Amino acid sequence: MKFRIYRYNPEADTAPYMQDFDLDLQAGDAMLLDALMLLRQQDDSIGFRKSCREGVCGSDAMNINGRNGLACITPLSSLKQPIEIRPLPGLPVIRDLIVDMAQFFKQYHSIKPYLINNDPPPETERLQSPKDRAELDGLYECILCGCCTTACPSFWWNPDKFVGPSGLLQAYRFLADTRDQATAERLDNLEDPYRLFRCHSIMNCVDVCPKELNPTEAIGKIKDMMVKRVV
Amino acid sequence: MVNRIVTGAHFGLSDWLIQRVTAVVMALYLLVIAGLLLWQRSFGYDTWIDLFSGNIMRTFSLLFLLSVFYHAWIGMRDIVMDYVKPAGIRLLSHVLVILALLLYTIWSAQILWGL
Repeated sequence: MKFRIYRYNPEADTAPYMQDFDLDLQAGDAMLLDALMLLRQQDDSIGFRKSCREGVCGSDAMNINGRNGLACITPLSSLKQPIEIRPLPGLPVIRDLIVDMAQFFKQYHSIKPYLINNDPPPETERLQSPKDRAELDGLYECILCGCCTTACPSFWWNPDKFVGPSGLLQAYRFLADTRDQATAERLDNLEDPYRLFRCHSIMNCVDVCPKELNPTEAIGKIKDMMVKRVV
Repeated sequence: MVNRIVTGAHFGLSDWLIQRVTAVVMALYLLVIAGLLLWQRSFGYDTWIDLFSGNIMRTFSLLFLLSVFYHAWIGMRDIVMDYVKPAGIRLLSHVLVILALLLYTIWSAQILWGL
């Protein structure tokens, strides 16, 4: 199998380059991460992140044949050769396929991704009805891999000001939570021409999400809540 | 002045809503015009003058053009916000776009009522 991998070591290279690799491997049931692990046996300088290797931790997000995805759940058989692997776009490259996610997490933290409830904590859990709990489906599953946000042109142009699809999906996860008491503050925090309204429904986020979530729909629901509050 | 990333302007919803409403107005106008063009067999200068001599058509046309200009303002502002980074040049670009669109508004009224 043929691979073309983005290589960049800022300590040694003056500019990034693409390196070709050949691997004696039948696609079968193997995932891209398996191939990367084998390639690293050939050349142990290839840098990439991985952890759970089953699509739960979100560490091995990368740009695979021009499309963001998780290497560990991308079957090799689904990829056209040569398989071109690049780091996630729009973020600074630390080395090879490893990017600096600081900006991504800064935006995530800016939406206060935790339950805000000023009532004294009850003896047991804060209970929800099954219907209220169902509101969180399609939101809580986000693993913060960064595939959606780094596929978003609005984030490429304004990574310091636009929250990005992942952050906005998480923001709606807490707006939709009946146990949360900070709805007004959360909406105030997002109502901004940059933070929320940079989203132009390009929907790259929906296209690439490895967990098949729909950030555009969540962003639409945030806008609906804002409209409801003024009309 | 310290160079910090500042956000939190607390507006944007009304612009987003207006962009949608103006899009509906534009779509309606285009449907009406398309309908008239299809309905009229021969569409010469006389029918054109006849159509635009009524105040209803003139007002509807002005409403359409105002929608185009407001829609364009939000679109242009978004483009400038994305691509023009220095705040001074961004403000200048906004002012120029607004002035141009105001000029087009006056010009449109002159054309519509000057037919």
